Amino acid sequence: MDSNEMLNVTIDNQSVQVEPGTTILQAAKKLGIRIPTLCAYQELDHFPGACRVCVTEVDGMRSLVASCVYPVANNMVVRTNTERVRTARRMVVELLLSNHPTECNHCVRNGNCDLQKVAEITGVREVRFPYPEYQRESMIDMSSPSIVRDSRKCIQCHRCVAVCDKVQTVNVLTPSWRGSEVKVAPAFNLPLLETNCIACGQCIMVCPVGALYEKDDVDKVWKALEDPTKHVVVQEAPAIRAALGEEFGMPPGSLVTGKMIAALRRLGFDKVFDTNFAADLTIMEEGTELLHRVKTGGALPMITSCSPGWIKFCEHFYPDLLDHISTCKSPQQMFGAMAKTYYARTAGVDPKDMVVVSIMPCTAKKFEAQRPEMCASGYRDVDYVLTTRELGRMIKEAGIDFVNLPDETFDAPMGEYTGAATIFGATGGVMEAALRTVYAVVTGENLQSLDVTPVRGLDGVKEAALEVGELGKVKVAVAHGMANARKILDRIRSGEADWAFIEFMTCPGGCIAGGGEPIPTTNEIRTLRSQALYEDDSEVQEHRQSHENASIRKAYETFLGQPNGELSHRLLHTHYTKRGTELPHKDVKLGGTEMPEHHAENLEQRVH
Amino acid sequence: MENGNSELLQEFTEEQVVKLDEIIARFKGKPGGLIPCLEEAQVVLEYLPLPVQKRISEGLNVPLSQVYGVVTFYSFFTMTPRGRHTVRVCLGTACYCRGGKALAENMEREFNLAEGETTEDRRFTYETVRCLGACGLAPVIVVDENVHGRIKAQKMKTVLDEYE
Repeated sequence: MDSNEMLNVTIDNQSVQVEPGTTILQAAKKLGIRIPTLCAYQELDHFPGACRVCVTEVDGMRSLVASCVYPVANNMVVRTNTERVRTARRMVVELLLSNHPTECNHCVRNGNCDLQKVAEITGVREVRFPYPEYQRESMIDMSSPSIVRDSRKCIQCHRCVAVCDKVQTVNVLTPSWRGSEVKVAPAFNLPLLETNCIACGQCIMVCPVGALYEKDDVDKVWKALEDPTKHVVVQEAPAIRAALGEEFGMPPGSLVTGKMIAALRRLGFDKVFDTNFAADLTIMEEGTELLHRVKTGGALPMITSCSPGWIKFCEHFYPDLLDHISTCKSPQQMFGAMAKTYYARTAGVDPKDMVVVSIMPCTAKKFEAQRPEMCASGYRDVDYVLTTRELGRMIKEAGIDFVNLPDETFDAPMGEYTGAATIFGATGGVMEAALRTVYAVVTGENLQSLDVTPVRGLDGVKEAALEVGELGKVKVAVAHGMANARKILDRIRSGEADWAFIEFMTCPGGCIAGGGEPIPTTNEIRTLRSQALYEDDSEVQEHRQSHENASIRKAYETFLGQPNGELSHRLLHTHYTKRGTELPHKDVKLGGTEMPEHHAENLEQRVH
Repeated sequence: MENGNSELLQEFTEEQVVKLDEIIARFKGKPGGLIPCLEEAQVVLEYLPLPVQKRISEGLNVPLSQVYGVVTFYSFFTMTPRGRHTVRVCLGTACYCRGGKALAENMEREFNLAEGETTEDRRFTYETVRCLGACGLAPVIVVDENVHGRIKAQKMKTVLDEYE
């Protein structure tokens, strides 16, 4: 038989033609039959056949088969809805539940849990074998400032292992031991903080249950908001406005900037600013740095520094290439540094009494904010980082009817932004924003089209070349997901790279699909959220180039001086740490204020 | 590597470390080389603690998490030192009924061991098994390759005395 010949399959009395190699699960999907699954994850090509929820009956077969791994044969007859299948499925789910803590009511994934959904679909109405009492603390790893791992809830689907290996090539999580002792954990069961974990949180995004979730900092923020002595300002990453609506049932891709601002104001933040302001600032600093490196023979290609997961990835796996990373702090950290110096000064607030809260689509940002060196004002640049999901929970807790909120606008002076800043949230966005400004600075005129489409979209590695006046042809590359980044990094290592500038975002799709974004996040949703940001850029914003941001120009005129100037370097630039991969990492420092005192005094003199 | 060496030399001799590196070099780049590499390494080193797994992970360019996953999956591999002799007490149904449980408890009390552990002087590693197919001789213990049948608690001491 020709190996490419289509196969005829009958599933639940409906016929379908499929290609050889198609599994029963995929064939059933073509017919609109939804076989419940827990471990399968199409976008990761992850079908371990581990959970057994997808069992079906095949005529002529003695036992039930797992449809996610069983390839169809010609003229196969499959039944997915027989008494035998229903009973088996129910038993499988019941056994999973018998080994899973029944704390759904106070689980972070309550109402958004695949196990709950499957238990409902399969009709489980009792669990005859109740969950045994385990020692609670010993099975919950709280060591990381970003990610909590609760082994008790793990159902061994190994999706997190697949994403950690295939997408991020970080390989922290692994299945270990066997039989009833099997568990997913880092090697030697090390605390996450001591491993090479880059804190990206993609494991959270694929976890079907509450075994992996963000470290919750909501209570600390409530406390700050209720403290009358604290001046609490908030910044939101671009990706929040394209995703927050989903937490309240709005369709993916809803752009909710105005409602987000209104909600934050109602939560009690004293000033609602925008990370996008700092994104424009980043372009000024990073663009200037790039031009400087090109002209003076600095380390090229220069790589973006906005994505804290990528930074930690480089520190662990490519410490020899740290010089290639821009010294610019990420927009989050630039914002914090500016809030506690520039804004504090203009508003007459003592930075000691100021609390900077970030709303980020990202779990790695929680780690970044706690880096010891991030305290430009003598106080932490950013005090607390909340993910999109945590903000969603706060808004719900406050009883705010998000969907029906009026649109409000940002506060000055750190709320103005351009279209270039807002696309920072999608893969290729930082590159596009930088090219717009670099081109204008070098040539004195604007790009013919401000849409640099070759760097947009979900392709893993994107390349483009652009004639930029006296610089000639500038070659750039963009990658998202660390597996894709490795392809570029290995070429830099071997000296084959001829790009001038590279953008890396840790998460596939960029920040709009970060580890702190609403669950689920699929490729379809990634595209919709990106479109919302490109719409903000082209339709909503008056200016589309960072150097056109009047608030940024004013900040340079009245405070910073020149991009990459002395004060910029102190406040807005940083350094990196060679961490390597030698386990365990016992010396990870978090928090504190490393900056010497005279630095703060100098700063006071500089501010006019 | 310097650092890795000092870590290894706390538990192993220089000669052993050289042999380990030879084994790693032979399996470097070979698909499916991890398991045979671990197997040979264990023959030379007797057990595979963190520094050894790190060395193998670096040498074969396999993530440490995967090395650890394999080592913990197969009961053949051990991460703690083994004794000179392995004592297996059978707790299959027949042996259990005829006093196997008492033998196990005796072993635990006498040498202050839990299952899978090794005495401090590395004389014995103690394990339990579920049926050795010698139910006619129940209760049975196996020391290294030798089966000892119809063992009572008192007789166990005499048997073990033969193994130094």
